[in-house]
Amino acid sequence: MEPNKVLYQFVLRLADHNMIMAQRMAEWCSRGPILEEDLALTNISLDLLGQAELFYDYAVELSGVNQCADDLAFLRSERAYLNCLLVEQPNGDYANTMVKLLLFSCFEKHLYTSLLNSTDQRIADLAAKGIKEVRYHYRHSSDWVVRLSLGTEESKQRIKNAMIELWRFVDDMFDMNEIDRDLISSGISVDLNTCYTAWKSDMEQIFNECKIEIPHVDNIVKGGIHGIHTEHLGHILCEMQFLQRAHPGAKW
Amino acid sequence: MFIMTEEEKLEQFNATIEKDGKIEPNDWMPEQYRKTVLRQMTQHAHSEVIGMQPEGNWVLRAPTLRAKKILLAKIQDEGGHGLYLYSAAETLGEDRSEMIQQLHDGKAKYSHIFNYPTLNWADIGAIGWLVDGAAIVNQVSLQRTSYGPYARAMVRICKEESFHQRQGYEIMAKMMNGTDAQCEMAQDAMNRWWWPSLMMFGPHDKDSWHTQESMRWKIKRASNDDLRQRFIDKTVDQAHVIGLTVPDKDLKFNEETKHWDIGPINWDEFWNVVKGNGLCNHKRMAHHIQFHNEGKWVRDAVIQYGAKLNEQIKLN
Amino acid sequence: MENNSDQLPLWEVFIQKSGGPFKHEGSVHASDAKMALQNARDVYTRRGEGRTIWVVPANSIASTTVNDEGEFFDPADNKIYRHPTFYTVPEGAKNI
Repeated sequence: MEPNKVLYQFVLRLADHNMIMAQRMAEWCSRGPILEEDLALTNISLDLLGQAELFYDYAVELSGVNQCADDLAFLRSERAYLNCLLVEQPNGDYANTMVKLLLFSCFEKHLYTSLLNSTDQRIADLAAKGIKEVRYHYRHSSDWVVRLSLGTEESKQRIKNAMIELWRFVDDMFDMNEIDRDLISSGISVDLNTCYTAWKSDMEQIFNECKIEIPHVDNIVKGGIHGIHTEHLGHILCEMQFLQRAHPGAKW
Repeated sequence: MFIMTEEEKLEQFNATIEKDGKIEPNDWMPEQYRKTVLRQMTQHAHSEVIGMQPEGNWVLRAPTLRAKKILLAKIQDEGGHGLYLYSAAETLGEDRSEMIQQLHDGKAKYSHIFNYPTLNWADIGAIGWLVDGAAIVNQVSLQRTSYGPYARAMVRICKEESFHQRQGYEIMAKMMNGTDAQCEMAQDAMNRWWWPSLMMFGPHDKDSWHTQESMRWKIKRASNDDLRQRFIDKTVDQAHVIGLTVPDKDLKFNEETKHWDIGPINWDEFWNVVKGNGLCNHKRMAHHIQFHNEGKWVRDAVIQYGAKLNEQIKLN
Repeated sequence: MENNSDQLPLWEVFIQKSGGPFKHEGSVHASDAKMALQNARDVYTRRGEGRTIWVVPANSIASTTVNDEGEFFDPADNKIYRHPTFYTVPEGAKNI
């Protein structure tokens, strides 16, 4: 593969993680358990959406094709999306959403930290821009996971259920293929196994404080970076892309 | 310590109102004033929060990244405004949970406008341009309301509202400049939201019994009809600039008064919606009740956690 | 009433912009300080309005009452020589 095409795929991945997560977080609009949390989650959704847009803009430049960020977001189909499987999982209850956000924001925190030293200046800049927001997402979600774990018996059980539900998608977040190997050798990206080690250490610390054991899960599911998604992504894209698909070529 | 009689307290209260001063939470106030301001603030807060629903209905389907960003920010602002207003209302001694209970019981109302459905993307434009536009006219006036916390909340809100209206107008303008299908959608939304937006200002002055008292105590600073006319005058021009037809065959510019004269407002529709028979009354309440109830375990957990933390702090 | 049991405590929010004094902005509901700070940040600083946030449990705030106002504040009103407007400044004098 030519260098730009490789980087293009990598940047699309980063954009897609944020896009799909932003979409899921926005689902909490007017549905939060406390009005303050409605605001917190829309805030987080906005952050992620902003990051997605910046990555899509870079992807457009790398593609060499006459298109815009909206085309990448609204006109690609399921198999072309490269987001990790975790972000497309349903929100479920508040415990499930907070665990999902915790796992994901911790991943982004370590990924962006590593990318600060990328030999690709744009990637380094985008990571620098995103890291502050992601640290806040991590702080917010970890505070909530602790709060719910140590709250009532019911909230603790819901956190445990969420972990069993979502932990099967962890390996997929850190999955790599020939694109990563290529970018690691040029110093643009990093070995995600290093990120995983740091991530695991954070998780052990948090769940230790929660007094909850990290589960062993069966049926580990991977495939995001190959465009092999869970059945949820189709529905997410269907809703998200509806207007652009229904009115091809229209300007909004 | 100098203790005032009831008459002296009332005199001081009236004097403050007279010189456009502010009544603060710890000040003496007539019970009716307290009740009226409390009711108005809580209903205003409820309106902001319920208003998140019709707009939230399209946030997942916003047609561009920019549109989605802006709509999310707008909805977030609305939630924030609800919070400022609940905050201000709580200074009068009522808990937010009591206010929510009254909303669920149907004892507290919210703006009737949010009982209309958002049927297509242009409705989001119409809400930003017309509904927020009407709200802005009202809120600018309320910045001078006599109750301190309410006035301060209004100043904050007004600073944040201006992009809301621009967002809505931009959506309409873009659609009117687009495909035939987009133009049709925009005009359709205009047809459905114009009259309900005019009704947001409340009944005509001659039919509004609340107004007199509210104006005497400077809770309200301008009459319903005055505010309505302000809104009509600026909005009709905006509609014409982008090629939208105002759905009023009696609409006519009055050369003498230099105002736009409108046709008769269908007050039956207004009262019908206020009484609970609008298209979305049941849905808006059912939604609010459902998610409030579903969130109870979260609030309980949070309270328990807070209590445990406090225990720990005491023991250390 | 069922809903009263899950009312979170009230916190008052004070925000400081660069170099300025802390200003009271409003209130939030939260069960602990971390939550109160995050809520305050989400509700009151969406447009970059602040650098530092204080949150204080509402029931920790001691306040004067309307009855106190007389003895607390009237004596200060009598000492108008504390205000610069009390003094006559010769015309042409600057920076004073």
